[in-house]
Amino acid sequence: MERINVEHLSKQYRLGQIGTGSLVQDLNRWWYKIRGKEDPTLVITEANDHDGSQRSEYVWALHDVSFSVNEGEVLGIIGRNGAGKSSLLKILSKVTSPTKGKITLCGRVASLLEVGTGFHPELTGRENVFLNGAILGMTKREISSKFDEIVAFSGVEKYIDTPVKRYSSGMYVRLAFAVAAHLEPEILIVDEVLAVGDAQFQRKCIGKMKDVAVEGRTVLFVSHNMEAVKNLCNRALLLEHGSIVAQGSPAEVVDYYLSGRNKADWGRNYEEKDAPGNAHTRLKSISLEPVREDGKQILTVKSSLLIEISFWNYVHDLVANLSLHLYAATGECVFNVITQLPAPKLACGLHKARCTIPKELLNTGLYYISFMVVKDTSQPLFNFEEVLTFEVLEERETSNWHGKFPGFVRPALDFKITE
Amino acid sequence: MGSSVGEFIAFILPNLKVNCWIKRTFVRKKQNFSSMDKPRYLEIITPKRRWFDTRLWELWHYRDLIVLFVKRDFVAQYKQTVLGPIWFVLQPLLTALVFFIVFGKIAAIPTAGIHPFLFYFTGLTFWGYFSDVFLKCANTFSVNASLFGKVYFPRLAVPLSILASGLIKLLVQIMVLIGIIIGFNLAGMATTTLNWTLTLIPVYTLLLALLAMGLGLLFSSLTTKYRDFSFLLTFGVQLLMYATPIIYPLSFARGAMHEILKWNPLTSIVENLRYSVFSSGTFDGLGLVYTAVFALFTLVLGVVFFNRVEQSFMDTV
Repeated sequence: MERINVEHLSKQYRLGQIGTGSLVQDLNRWWYKIRGKEDPTLVITEANDHDGSQRSEYVWALHDVSFSVNEGEVLGIIGRNGAGKSSLLKILSKVTSPTKGKITLCGRVASLLEVGTGFHPELTGRENVFLNGAILGMTKREISSKFDEIVAFSGVEKYIDTPVKRYSSGMYVRLAFAVAAHLEPEILIVDEVLAVGDAQFQRKCIGKMKDVAVEGRTVLFVSHNMEAVKNLCNRALLLEHGSIVAQGSPAEVVDYYLSGRNKADWGRNYEEKDAPGNAHTRLKSISLEPVREDGKQILTVKSSLLIEISFWNYVHDLVANLSLHLYAATGECVFNVITQLPAPKLACGLHKARCTIPKELLNTGLYYISFMVVKDTSQPLFNFEEVLTFEVLEERETSNWHGKFPGFVRPALDFKITE
Repeated sequence: MGSSVGEFIAFILPNLKVNCWIKRTFVRKKQNFSSMDKPRYLEIITPKRRWFDTRLWELWHYRDLIVLFVKRDFVAQYKQTVLGPIWFVLQPLLTALVFFIVFGKIAAIPTAGIHPFLFYFTGLTFWGYFSDVFLKCANTFSVNASLFGKVYFPRLAVPLSILASGLIKLLVQIMVLIGIIIGFNLAGMATTTLNWTLTLIPVYTLLLALLAMGLGLLFSSLTTKYRDFSFLLTFGVQLLMYATPIIYPLSFARGAMHEILKWNPLTSIVENLRYSVFSSGTFDGLGLVYTAVFALFTLVLGVVFFNRVEQSFMDTV
């Protein structure tokens, strides 16, 4: 049975400050409307790019989106930040209304857009459970009948009559999630709840979500965590610039998404006249290619990275080294490697270097690369800073934990339980 | 007197009918809701609902939420205060005292034979309810923006809870008012004679509530979009008090002013209230009918506009 049917859904937002001149614009809009003309502000059909290139102050957060979800399905919605995921969820949970299109919902909707909505710090845990439950659409009787279950799930029994302002943030989130998890809607909307709580609590949450689906309810799951999407969903949908670009089995959609992601940043090419560098050396190109046994063009913790650098040398008989630094997004240097010693002697002209970063070395996250051309193993000729940025994505064997591993590296060391 | 009683019945009757109709609608829809547990519940989301599609019946399902909002307001407001709910009473008492000194003693405005302190305190108690509900309703969207941005529930639950918590506050104040009137009578500072219209106090309260909520809802849709209105409002309500016979009797105003004041829908409530409590002046049934029509019209308009804004305000705040 079809639970959600979305037809030609579009949502337009206005950028920038609302207020100055809006009365004038409102009157203008209204004037166009009564003359039966199309709203002058609505004709722009630019996609939601975040590169600041758009000229209009109106933007389509969603553009002509259609899909449907059946009973018992867990639909994963993925996409970059700003792809329109949140807008879609907000419209589905009736927080805001669409600009165009139509949605048919068959069943009650409950959303966990943000857990703990409406918690009041002065009220006790018990009072907040009732208040929050009521905000989410439960009646007092429903909450009373599930109260013990909710408290047990949250694990804050001891503090249930303490004002929540004295709770630790973990307790707060657990209690809030417990309330939300015990709603019994036909359609459940979940947005990034896995980002909170410890491993044990995450496991509980995922278990609860699976139960919900098994009971024949429908779940919409939005996450940046590709492994969670692959594990939990039976269908996935990829949004890009407010439109659906792919839908189908989670594994396929996730791969499609990952292979397209950040590809623009995986290489740079320069003409000699505007290449970075100086009179001694210039950068022609730098490129990155993930190497995998399965041949997929995706950059995950299980992909080796092949980095190729081409540079021009203008120094006669240069005794040269390249020194490559890899930095984490936060700016710490993860490692520094140099080319072979003794250093080779290079003629003037174009030269190439390659570096392979083995798979299962880097952790997930953003990294960037800088490199120097060094003369006589001691004198830097030029430092090419931040020439390449890339993101390593998650790829994990079945695990019930979906959090991020700490640390910059995640080497596959020989670590086993032997007895 | 006989004719005004007739007018009264005429006023109450349609009102009762409306009540019955509302009840019927609510109860019928409630049954819809309970059958919703089976997946037969269908909802269609489109860009804009029709103007009168206000979905009032949804409120019935969320009635517990309204009660909990009221409870939250009380608990949260008076936690970590020493005097707690005594503030309910202290505020109008002190204001009445100041008015007594300024308007009663210094300006010596006549109070139609009622002891000035009682005159001001009665007026201020009910005025306080009106202005409280009005201003809070008008700020519904801006105060609750973060909550409204995350989860859906019928937004009217918030103004209704404001109405209810105001009512509880008013009841406490009325108790104190009764106590003070008895005290003044015992001390021989006033002689109060009761009359049958005392039983109409719930009607006055209801009218005041409808009017305050109606106006509040109307302005809430404006304050969301143009923030200037929230400044205008705080200021405007203060001015409105002087345009309502709170610190002076209507009879004090003469000529054109008298006529203008009569068009203020609050005038008949305040004047009749004083007649009911102190038997001073005359009873104005027609005025109440005018107020009732005005209040209902404002409320319907307010609900419709509120409902309109509710669907789009998240994109404008």
